[in-house]
Amino acid sequence: MSADVPTYLDGNAAAGALREVFAVDLTAAIGKCTGCGHSAVFAEAHVYVDAPGMVARCPGCDNVLLRVVSTPNDTYLDLRGLTYLRISNTP
Amino acid sequence: MGIISPGFTGRGRSGSDLPPGQYLTQDFPVLSAGPTPHVLPEHWEFTIATESGEMHRWDWAAFQRLPAEEITRDLHCVTRWSKLATDWKGVSLDALFEDVETAADFVMAHSYGGYTTNLPLEDLLDGQAWIAYQYDGEPLAAEHGGPARLLVPHLYLWKSAKWVRGLVLSDTDDLGFWETAGYHEYGDPWKEQRYAGD
Amino acid sequence: MERTALRRRLTWQVGTVTEVRDETETARTIVLDAPDWPGHLAGQHVDVRLTAPDGYRASRSYSISSAWTGEGVELTVEQVPDGEVSPYLVEVLKVGDPLELRGPVGGWFVWRPEQAGPIQLIGGGSGVVPLMAMLRAHGTAASTTPVRLLYSVRRPASVIYVKDLKELAASEDVDLTFVYTREAPAGEPRVGRIDAALLQAKAFAPADDLTTYVCGPTPFVEAVADLLVTGGHDPARVRTERFGPTGGPR
Repeated sequence: MSADVPTYLDGNAAAGALREVFAVDLTAAIGKCTGCGHSAVFAEAHVYVDAPGMVARCPGCDNVLLRVVSTPNDTYLDLRGLTYLRISNTP
Repeated sequence: MGIISPGFTGRGRSGSDLPPGQYLTQDFPVLSAGPTPHVLPEHWEFTIATESGEMHRWDWAAFQRLPAEEITRDLHCVTRWSKLATDWKGVSLDALFEDVETAADFVMAHSYGGYTTNLPLEDLLDGQAWIAYQYDGEPLAAEHGGPARLLVPHLYLWKSAKWVRGLVLSDTDDLGFWETAGYHEYGDPWKEQRYAGD
Repeated sequence: MERTALRRRLTWQVGTVTEVRDETETARTIVLDAPDWPGHLAGQHVDVRLTAPDGYRASRSYSISSAWTGEGVELTVEQVPDGEVSPYLVEVLKVGDPLELRGPVGGWFVWRPEQAGPIQLIGGGSGVVPLMAMLRAHGTAASTTPVRLLYSVRRPASVIYVKDLKELAASEDVDLTFVYTREAPAGEPRVGRIDAALLQAKAFAPADDLTTYVCGPTPFVEAVADLLVTGGHDPARVRTERFGPTGGPR
């Protein structure tokens, strides 16, 4: 059984989908988890892509940080697992 | 905008006996939106909570004493693959609901790992849904939802919650994990109800 | 360049294949001309989308292997057994074909020539691709920043960019170590994965201004990142990029 091989990627894999929506790159942003309070660069989030949508989870506690679903007409974005995203003003 | 990629056909093949927009697959793709829960049968429990708060519980041994059925059904995943004539063994939701008194119309399925999905209660009854614990004659593997998963094959497969641990009955039609992120609240593959509003 | 690269809404564009180069039996470099390409940073990647005649679509992410020199973009794709997109890119796509792209994307797993401090690159398999872009950018910028690459491969025939790597390693600022996990060439006694002793011997020691870039399959990245942090490296200075067997939604 392959269940022990991790199936996640990381925040870098979400960069393209997020850049369709945001004017800045979010992989270098710092996100704080509402579940455990861990804060880390979004690139280090565990991202699951073999799913109906993209799901980013906290590497500390597996809380869902962010979800992105692209439908033919709209993009749904759920950021409820993030207390904040801290984005540098100097790219 | 769109171009055709010359010579690209994709892995699947569409067929006239499939719901619209679906492609046939022979393997059994594993989709996951989080880490795979590993629940040992001795720690497993399944519950049904009614709208009045009444709880019905089964541990693995009690669950195994319920009458099991062997079922063969087609599966349709919203990510566009379909797999035909899959063999399962499980307990019909009719058997589990036998002593449950409810006037609720809606159900939220909850899973180990936190996943949820919403369904109308009438779609779980009358021989339409099972708690399945064997696939192809073998105990259901964790990656496919073992030790037991919900199986509601007439709806898109995200409704067939893997690692199911309980159903909560409700008078209101609340939305589950994918339904709150743009997926259809019902999900009939033959009507191609993929996204909210379809 | 960077501001225009990062400040507008990004969507799909159509590039044209101008060249293909076989790197190994299973890896191929695809050179694209993309008219709206804004330039890129070393380490960035692109999303590639394929569309079948019946409308079926599949998309995946691939790292850019070239340094930005004012025109074009190169991707290197390793064919995944039973894959859906990579076999098309490695075996079917040909010069003159159109290819839909979205990118460049990613602002974390990047190296900028003006960045201070030595760089340690650690790649597993085709995880070397974005690291190659960094090495090439290092060369293009004539940077004197010390850089070391640890490149873990199964066997000598799996090495991507053999010739280019040997040329780059001729620079006194660049140090290159191959790590063979299944089969080593004659004269190379060590066969095995990267471990603490190897990092001790071949990688830069933890230092304040060192940045480490690790790219490869998820289990490789987890193992190497753990070794680095256990070995005293500041986790904030270890940048990682993971890829999986499919690398995209299915």
